[in-house]
Amino acid sequence: MTATTLQEPGPVERARWAATDALTVAGRDVAHWRRRPGAVLVGALFPVLLLLMFAYLLGGGMVVPGGGDYRDFLVPGMFVLAMVFGVEATMTAVVTDTARGITDRFRSLPMAPSAVVAGRCLADMASSVLGLTVLVAAALAVGWRPAGPGSALAAVGLLLLLRLAFLWIGIYLGLLVRDPSGVMAVQILVWPFAFLSNVFVAASALPGWLATLAEWNPVAGTVTAVRELLGSPTGDGGGWATEHATLLAVAWPVVLTVVFAALSVRRFQRLSA
Amino acid sequence: MTSAISLRGLTKRYGEKVVLDDVDLAVGHGAVCALLGPNGAGKTTAVRVLTTLTRPDGGRVEVAGVDVVRHPRAARRRIGLIGQQPAVDDVLAARENLVLFARLHHLDRRAAGARADELLEQVGLPGTGAQPVAEFSGGMRRRLDIAAGLVLAPLVLVLDEPTTGLDPAGRRDVWDAVRALVAGGTTVLLTTQYLEEAEQLADDVCVLDGGRVVARGTPRELTAAIGGDRLELVVTDPSRAAEAALLAERVAAAGAPEGADAGGERVVVPVSRRAGVVGAVVRALDEAGIAVDDVVLRPTTLDEAYLRITGRDRARTEVPA
Repeated sequence: MTATTLQEPGPVERARWAATDALTVAGRDVAHWRRRPGAVLVGALFPVLLLLMFAYLLGGGMVVPGGGDYRDFLVPGMFVLAMVFGVEATMTAVVTDTARGITDRFRSLPMAPSAVVAGRCLADMASSVLGLTVLVAAALAVGWRPAGPGSALAAVGLLLLLRLAFLWIGIYLGLLVRDPSGVMAVQILVWPFAFLSNVFVAASALPGWLATLAEWNPVAGTVTAVRELLGSPTGDGGGWATEHATLLAVAWPVVLTVVFAALSVRRFQRLSA
Repeated sequence: MTSAISLRGLTKRYGEKVVLDDVDLAVGHGAVCALLGPNGAGKTTAVRVLTTLTRPDGGRVEVAGVDVVRHPRAARRRIGLIGQQPAVDDVLAARENLVLFARLHHLDRRAAGARADELLEQVGLPGTGAQPVAEFSGGMRRRLDIAAGLVLAPLVLVLDEPTTGLDPAGRRDVWDAVRALVAGGTTVLLTTQYLEEAEQLADDVCVLDGGRVVARGTPRELTAAIGGDRLELVVTDPSRAAEAALLAERVAAAGAPEGADAGGERVVVPVSRRAGVVGAVVRALDEAGIAVDDVVLRPTTLDEAYLRITGRDRARTEVPA
């Protein structure tokens, strides 16, 4: 055994392989989409269904505080909700791969260890962009119109930043629970979490302390900031959290991403404990 | 000359629990070694340490002279791992799976495709490349899984209970695949709970129990070490089986009190010397008025050797013939 074969490649070479491996791992998800387009469609159409239900079935009885059309108020909220739903997709993928031994197989290969998680990131972000595109098209179809292209792009940026945060939460939860029934619990808990925010109704319309909770919900800043960017009614009656919505729309996802990425990396390393 | 696999003083603890306790093992190049042991013996932990999935707490582990803790990536290039369950992607087609794993071994696109086709051929799955794995039988899935562990033609192949949960046909498939690899010079370490599997495949058997090596040797040596033969009797009246066991043991096992087994109507007794033992036992039982329907004198099976080594035979009511 010569020393050269044991030598690890240099940093540039390593970074190149880390990127290539991450793309390869993400490519597996793309292959899944090709083989099971139905599953992709259902995932993308579920938020559309919710949008239609809330806009047409419940929306008639909804009043936005401070005026404005409920449908215009709802659409940005649904964009955010679609990002939050991403946590389930990520978690399911992580739990399934761990349970089936695929994660261990990856870890036993001479590939970049970071690629397992980085590939998941790429694939899930790509699928969220796709889902968001479908939802935007649906919103346009029901008559919703954004303000201007520049601010709309900024809104998409904030939405994807939020998705990134929920992606890491999903990875962490997936590594933590390792059990399909845990995914179901998260699928259920997403609902009270979303209702206890300004996604469906303005925080100001909620009673007392619930309003405060809703204003400080980690997604609330994104919801308000995206509404402002898209020129939709915000329905919010002031307060520090509402006035600093854009700051919160950046700060919350960044903090969540940093915390859960660190937790996930630790959890991933503990797989080899 | 280094061994293909070398464990020296391997120790692993989870909290207070010692899972592997100072385990030594050496497997020569091209040899097949079976790690045998009951559930919880530490087999899977040993495999996980060897394949860099788990870090050891102590000892030295080398694959083809490469320290798996200090050079995990180099070690991974030399090892193919077949885990306890087939770790293949159900949604993808068989060939897509192999191309994916080949790409992650850093083969370029064309080489990965060519290797995938070779591997499908090698494990006896030619022509199934386009089929989604979800449509595969258990044995086919296992063979694909083995193929995925062979991408770089590893020096050492590690299989963790490769046939658990397979039907007899699937089991034979896997054995054939392993034999073909061994014929090609691959070193194999496999864990198993099935003695038959160890007997079929292994040159050497290492019995683990409670994280310790309790016996090692060729399958033949292990059986011989336990004491050659067994006398098996079927008594007419099950209620007299215990009495028959005691009597038969006194006659047949003279001076080697290993303990007979009596369950139902069947009695199994260790035999210290073959000559005349059948007649002596039958006479003794006849004098005691215990009717016997059947008598068989046979060699000890590896099963019995294993149960004795791991101290589990007393707990059993019946020893399989």
